[in-house]
Amino acid sequence: MGKVTLDGHVEAIDYQGFQLTRLDKVIGSARANSLWPLPFATSCCGIEYMATMGSNYDVARFGMERMSFSPRQADLLIVAGTISKKLAPILRHVYEQMAEPKWVLSVGACASSGGIFDTYSVLQGIDRVIPVDVYVPGCPPRPEQIIDGIMNIHELVKNESLRRRYSPEYRSMLNDYNMETDEQ
Amino acid sequence: MSEWLDNIEPGKQLSHETIDGDIATLNLGPTHPATHGIFQNILKVDGERILSSEQTVGYIHRAFEKIAEHRPYNQITPLTDRLNYCSSPINNMGWHMTVEKLIQAEMPKKVDYMRVIIMELARIADHLICNSVIGVDTGALTGFTYVFQQREKIYELYEEVCGARLTTNVGRIGGFERDFSKEFHKKLKTFLKEFPKVFNEFDSLLSRNRIFMDRTIGAGPISAQRALDYSFVGPNLRATGIDYDVRVMNPYSSYQDFDFIVPVGTGGDTYDRFQVRQEEIRQSLSIIQQAYDGLPEGKHFADVPEFYLPPKQDVYQKMEALIYHFKIVMGETPVPVGEVYHSVEGGNGELGYYLISDGGRSPYRLQFRRPCFIYYQAYPEMITGQTISDAVLTLSSLNVIAGELDA
Amino acid sequence: MSNNTVTNEIALERLQSAFGEKIISSEAPFGLLTIEILPAAVHEIISWLKADEILQTAFLTNIAGVHYPEQENREFAVVYHLHSLVNNLRIRLKAFVPTGNPAVRSITDIYVGANWMERETFDFYGIIFEGHPNLTRILNEDSMDYFPMRKEYRLEDATREDKDNRFFGR
Repeated sequence: MGKVTLDGHVEAIDYQGFQLTRLDKVIGSARANSLWPLPFATSCCGIEYMATMGSNYDVARFGMERMSFSPRQADLLIVAGTISKKLAPILRHVYEQMAEPKWVLSVGACASSGGIFDTYSVLQGIDRVIPVDVYVPGCPPRPEQIIDGIMNIHELVKNESLRRRYSPEYRSMLNDYNMETDEQ
Repeated sequence: MSEWLDNIEPGKQLSHETIDGDIATLNLGPTHPATHGIFQNILKVDGERILSSEQTVGYIHRAFEKIAEHRPYNQITPLTDRLNYCSSPINNMGWHMTVEKLIQAEMPKKVDYMRVIIMELARIADHLICNSVIGVDTGALTGFTYVFQQREKIYELYEEVCGARLTTNVGRIGGFERDFSKEFHKKLKTFLKEFPKVFNEFDSLLSRNRIFMDRTIGAGPISAQRALDYSFVGPNLRATGIDYDVRVMNPYSSYQDFDFIVPVGTGGDTYDRFQVRQEEIRQSLSIIQQAYDGLPEGKHFADVPEFYLPPKQDVYQKMEALIYHFKIVMGETPVPVGEVYHSVEGGNGELGYYLISDGGRSPYRLQFRRPCFIYYQAYPEMITGQTISDAVLTLSSLNVIAGELDA
Repeated sequence: MSNNTVTNEIALERLQSAFGEKIISSEAPFGLLTIEILPAAVHEIISWLKADEILQTAFLTNIAGVHYPEQENREFAVVYHLHSLVNNLRIRLKAFVPTGNPAVRSITDIYVGANWMERETFDFYGIIFEGHPNLTRILNEDSMDYFPMRKEYRLEDATREDKDNRFFGR
């Protein structure tokens, strides 16, 4: 009987085929290592995301091998590229179709704040329509920066409460965006 | 739920309406894995056959032309990067050449040859993406991973010249900011030796592959006359049989010194477009080899002190250099009045810059003649009567880049 | 390429002998023949150029709009770039229209590719192309009620509240 560490951070007590640990740590670890991203790639940052998918930088080692283009089956919405006002309702629609738990990674300056395009047609940041978890600045960010953003998402995912979606902070945040919240 | 299960009649749950000739509406996009960009097509289909298609574009309209009216000339280069971002050096060079035409500046041969090397590398990068994505859309994902590894090598070459990978902002009005470093020469030699091997492997995966040929031959054809009416340019036009290449017709940057073929196809379908791009990659490699072997000695910039930043030591010691430096950085350089149209052969064809200058610090009007925008309007005609899978292949073989489509 | 026997002068001469007073002025900045024509004659001249057996401008390169708010009665310019591939000759045609009636006839029946080019010019400047099959906005949202590239409108969205103009030098 002794302490073991699973997956590098989940502490457990090992005894003859049983392991004593906390459920939310294991679930957080499982979620973090098998995120299925929805690459919402619009422009130049999309090409850098494709380079991150390639063999040199390889997001497949994070369990993100299978890109889910259907929002129903995706965990992580990666918004890479400029979002214009014409596209904003569609982005919101895609976010609302995703099932809980879901996270949003905003890649690039245009998605985070409008970038160099302070114009009449560009949405100045996707957080005006959907809640965002991690922002990756850059124009375009290098693949190492995108991976850093993904690792920050992993930290959020591992440490998240299993009842996040019912917490009052989350509900009030979704209300700010005029989105429906789950019934208890 | 259980009453639905009880009431299933096998065979009836399938929708027979479309097979009987009723028309279904299918929405392809705007966010769709196959569109490789954000554009929407509402298709009317009868079973798998497409009857008509209605397009909506403008989902990434960033108002480049309006922004350009507010920025000084050397700050417009980063904007041009984001037009066809798969081959941004070509856009940058095109803009610099437009301004050099307006101010009537002569470039030394060395600048021309350096520009040719960078532009042909960009063309290779652009065609590699397009062809590997055609492979992905037919289900062949391996080629994509090989090709992206080679793109990383091209990115390393860009980094040696300008520091950036994708949106390069390379060069200046008047030449280049620095000469090619020793590291660049080494990496270019390695690239010219190693890339053909990987490219031939990629080619052997797809070019004579039975499944690939069956998928792509006859998918999305267009005749030469129709393509000309639609103002097609670039590899899409050359696949129909018309050999219009801006590098040959209106040579710029010493392209007349190089010996290369302009490949043309015959049928204008997806397979022809694929093969034209493959051959253009080989021709680009040959041009780079010729330019590199014949790279002359000399300065890497022209004598245009009003546009090209003076060396920093001079700025600290000479009054004239200080004033030029100040004016260039603050964007107060006087530009002659005039209107000029200049075009370069981009990854997708004739990329034109129509510039009207009124003598102020920013252009009075700058219009980008974007090839993607103009030839994408032919897409409904190309897919009518084809199946949905052909429609997807046609779209990826046209190489529609969203940044260039909407600008 | 210097193998073109049809030069700017020959092209100008043929046009002037065919159209006379519909050609207002001509020049050749940077070697590109630029001709100003009456807006009412746009369709006629372009279809003649395409059909002419010597000039044969089979390729429409570009249609652009320009806004000159200071010029009385000539506020909008519609600029056509044509290219004759067989002769390697480029021609630029300009037609000025006033704000009160910014209309020219559409050339979609001559060149199919002019469809979206004219829609873009309409979207940005509000120039009406008579006879166009579907003259609606293409790049901007359909609900937009002004023509953004006109000089009187700002670049930035006037309703945004998160960026303070004082810090951006505007």
